[in-house]
Amino acid sequence: MSLLSHKHLLGLVDYSESDITTILDTAERMKEILERPVPKVPTLRGVTVVNLFMEPSTRTRVSFELAEKRLSADTLNFAVSGSSLSKGETLLDTALNLEAMKIDVVVMRHKSPGSPHFLARHLDSIIINAGDGCHEHPTQALLDMMTLRQKFGTLKGLRICLVGDISHSRVALSNIIGLRIMGAQVMVCGPATLIPREIERLGVSVTHRLDEAIQRCDALNVLRIQMERQDAGLFPSLREYHQYFGLTRRRLEKAPAPLTILHPGPMNRGVEITSDVADSEHSVILQQVTNGVAVRMAVLYLLAGATTPPTEMKV
Amino acid sequence: MRKYASFDEPARARNLVLQGVRAVDPERNLDQVLDLHIRDGMLSIGPREIPADADVLDLRGHVVTPGWFDLHVHLREPGGEVAETILSGCQAAMNGGFTGVACMPNTEPPLDDAGRVRWVMEKAASLPVDVQVVAAATRARAGKQLVEMSELVDLGVRAFSDDGKPITDTAVLRHALEYANMLGARIFEHADDPDLSVGGAMNEGEWSTRLGLPGMPPLGETLDVLRCILTARYTEAAVHICHVSTKESVEWIRWAKQQGIRVTAEVCPHHLLLTDERCREFDTDFKMNPPLRGEEDRQACLQGLADGTLDTYCTDHAPHAWEAKAQEFDVAPFGVVGLETALGLAFTHLVGHHLDLNAMIARVVYAPRRILSQPLPAIATGEPANLTIIDPEGSWTVRPEEFRSKSRNTPFKGWELTGRARGIVNRGFAVIKEA
Repeated sequence: MSLLSHKHLLGLVDYSESDITTILDTAERMKEILERPVPKVPTLRGVTVVNLFMEPSTRTRVSFELAEKRLSADTLNFAVSGSSLSKGETLLDTALNLEAMKIDVVVMRHKSPGSPHFLARHLDSIIINAGDGCHEHPTQALLDMMTLRQKFGTLKGLRICLVGDISHSRVALSNIIGLRIMGAQVMVCGPATLIPREIERLGVSVTHRLDEAIQRCDALNVLRIQMERQDAGLFPSLREYHQYFGLTRRRLEKAPAPLTILHPGPMNRGVEITSDVADSEHSVILQQVTNGVAVRMAVLYLLAGATTPPTEMKV
Repeated sequence: MRKYASFDEPARARNLVLQGVRAVDPERNLDQVLDLHIRDGMLSIGPREIPADADVLDLRGHVVTPGWFDLHVHLREPGGEVAETILSGCQAAMNGGFTGVACMPNTEPPLDDAGRVRWVMEKAASLPVDVQVVAAATRARAGKQLVEMSELVDLGVRAFSDDGKPITDTAVLRHALEYANMLGARIFEHADDPDLSVGGAMNEGEWSTRLGLPGMPPLGETLDVLRCILTARYTEAAVHICHVSTKESVEWIRWAKQQGIRVTAEVCPHHLLLTDERCREFDTDFKMNPPLRGEEDRQACLQGLADGTLDTYCTDHAPHAWEAKAQEFDVAPFGVVGLETALGLAFTHLVGHHLDLNAMIARVVYAPRRILSQPLPAIATGEPANLTIIDPEGSWTVRPEEFRSKSRNTPFKGWELTGRARGIVNRGFAVIKEA
C-alpha cells in the first residue's frame, strides 16, 4: 500500500485532506527535481506505465508522459487510433490484454464516466484517472490546487470561482470536490443551462453573473467553452457567451483586489477569456502547466514507487 | 418429493396433496389452513381423506395463493438467446413463484405480426407458465404504422406496446388507443420524452451531477404519463403505464383514476427499494430504464402501490449477457433481471410494511390478469390448480449464480431475504423445490 492509503487515483472524492496535502507536498519536491540541470531520477525504474488514451488529448498525455520519463518509468502510449478498439474490442478486453503484458500502472483517459472505476474492479494494475468524461480529472484539480497554494500559501478559506460550462466539465467537478475537502469556498458561475442540477448539494454557491463572482472571489478558474454546446442549444451563440461570461480586463478592473486567473487549457482566446487577461501578470496559466508535470510525478511516485516518506526520498 | 423439483422435466400434478398449507384467496374470502388436493391438474379443497396412492407434500407453515403473474418480462427470444430464452425465462418465473408472465415484443425481430407472435406462443405452449404475448403497437416498433391488431387479438393478444421506448407521435398514440380499445385490448406505454432523456444513463439529479453521468429528468416520464392520461380521456380508451418511477407520475395517475379515466399502472421492485445513489460505484447492475430515482420518488411509488394507484407489482425482467453489462456505464444496456427476486423482496420489504398479504395478492394475482382480460385463478374445488407456494419464513441470500435465468444482472445481489418461492402448480404441472 502506498503512502496515500489508496491503491488508485480514480477521483478526489475518495481522498482525504491529508492525502491531498501529501500529494501537494510531494509535488513541491518533484518541482525541485524539474528545476535541476538533469531533471531525472531513477525512482520508478522497472515500473511500466501504459498511457491508455481513448479520447483525443495532447496536453494531459504529454504531461503524464513527461512525468513518467522524469521518474525513469518505462512508458507505453496506447491511443485510440490504430488500436484494437476500432475493431470493436471491448474496453475490458483491451485492458486485460495490456495487463497480460505485465504492466504496473494504467493512466487512463476515456469519454465514459466511471470507466477507470470499472477497470479497477477487473484489473490488478494501479489505475490513475486522467479524465473520465464529465466526471473527474483529479490530476488537473491537484495541479490547480498546487498553483493556488503556491500563490496564497493555503487553500483554507480561499474563495474560488469556476466560470463556464460546469455541467460538462470534469475539471470543475474535481476542483469542487478537492477544494471543498481542503476547506476552500467554491462558487460556480455560468449560464443556467450549463449548471448541473442540485450542484448546491456539493457545497458550492451558484451565480449567473460574472461581475458578482468577480466581487466575491480571490481567484477565477476559467473553463473552456465548447462549440458543440452551442450546437446543442445550451446557449445562443459564442458571441453572446463572450459578452456575458467572457473574462475581460475591463470586467476584472472592477475587482476590489487583483484576482488570480487560472485556465486548464486549451484556451479559446477571445471567447471565454481575452488575451489581455490570459497573458497578464495575474494569470498563472503557464505555472499550472509546469505544476502539472510535478503533480503527476508525485501521484505516480506515491502510488507506484513510494516505499519511504517523501521527506526521506532519495532524489 | 424429488420428482416435483425438476425444472427441465416438470412433473405432472396427477394425484398430489399439498398438506397443511395456509391457503389465501381474498376474492373467495379464503384464508385458512387446509389440504389442497390436485388431481389431473384440478383442485379440490376441504376435509377429505388423503388417497393412499397420492403424493403427499408436507407443506405446513407455507402460504399458497393463486398463481402470481408478472405483467412485464423480457424473454429475449427471438434474437437475444444469449441472455434469455422462452424456456429459461419461464424457468426463472417458476423459480420465482410466477405462474404467468406477459412478455414484451422488443425482440429481434420484434413481435409485430401474427406469425412471430404465434411462434412465441407455440414455444411456450408446453410449459407450466402462462405466457401472454404483448405485441408491438406499431410495425417494427417504429412508432408510425399500427400493427394488424385485429388479427393479433384473434390470436389471444390483449395488449400492445412499443416498450423500450414511448409512442412519441401523439396522433399515432391516439389511433393506437382508439383501435385497441375497439378490440378490447390495451396500450402499454413506456412513458418517457426521448428529447429530454436523449443520451441519458441515470436519473438527473444530485447523483448524476456527482457522477458526471448524463441525466434523464423525471420530467420526461411525467410529461408522457400526463399525455397518455389526457389522450385516454379524449378517446375514452384504456391505457396502461409501464414501470412508473416518479412521484409526479404517481400523483397524476391518482388524479386520473379519481376522474374516472381508464388508466392502470405498474411498479417494479427496484423503483420501490433502491434510489439513484446506488449508481455511485458505476455498477451497471443499477442501470435500468426508467432509471432509479430519488428518495421522494421511491416513497411515492411505495405509497402508490399501497393505495392501489399503482395496480400491479411487476419486474421488468430484462436479462443481459455478462459481457454486455461488463462495459462502461454509459455504454452498457439498460435493464435488470427480476423474476427470481421479486417475491422474496415483496415478503421481506413490502408485505406487512406497506400493504397486507391480501393487497399484495390483489397486485400480483388479480390486477395483471384483469389488465390483460384473463380469467382469474381461484383456490376452489373444481378450478384448475394455478398456485404459488411460498415459504414466508424461509430466509435466503440472493446468489445470481443460482438463478434459472441465463442472466445474472440483478441489483439485489447478496441481499438477505425472508420469504421464498417454494414452487408453482399450473397447467397440470407441479414444480416444487426441495425444502
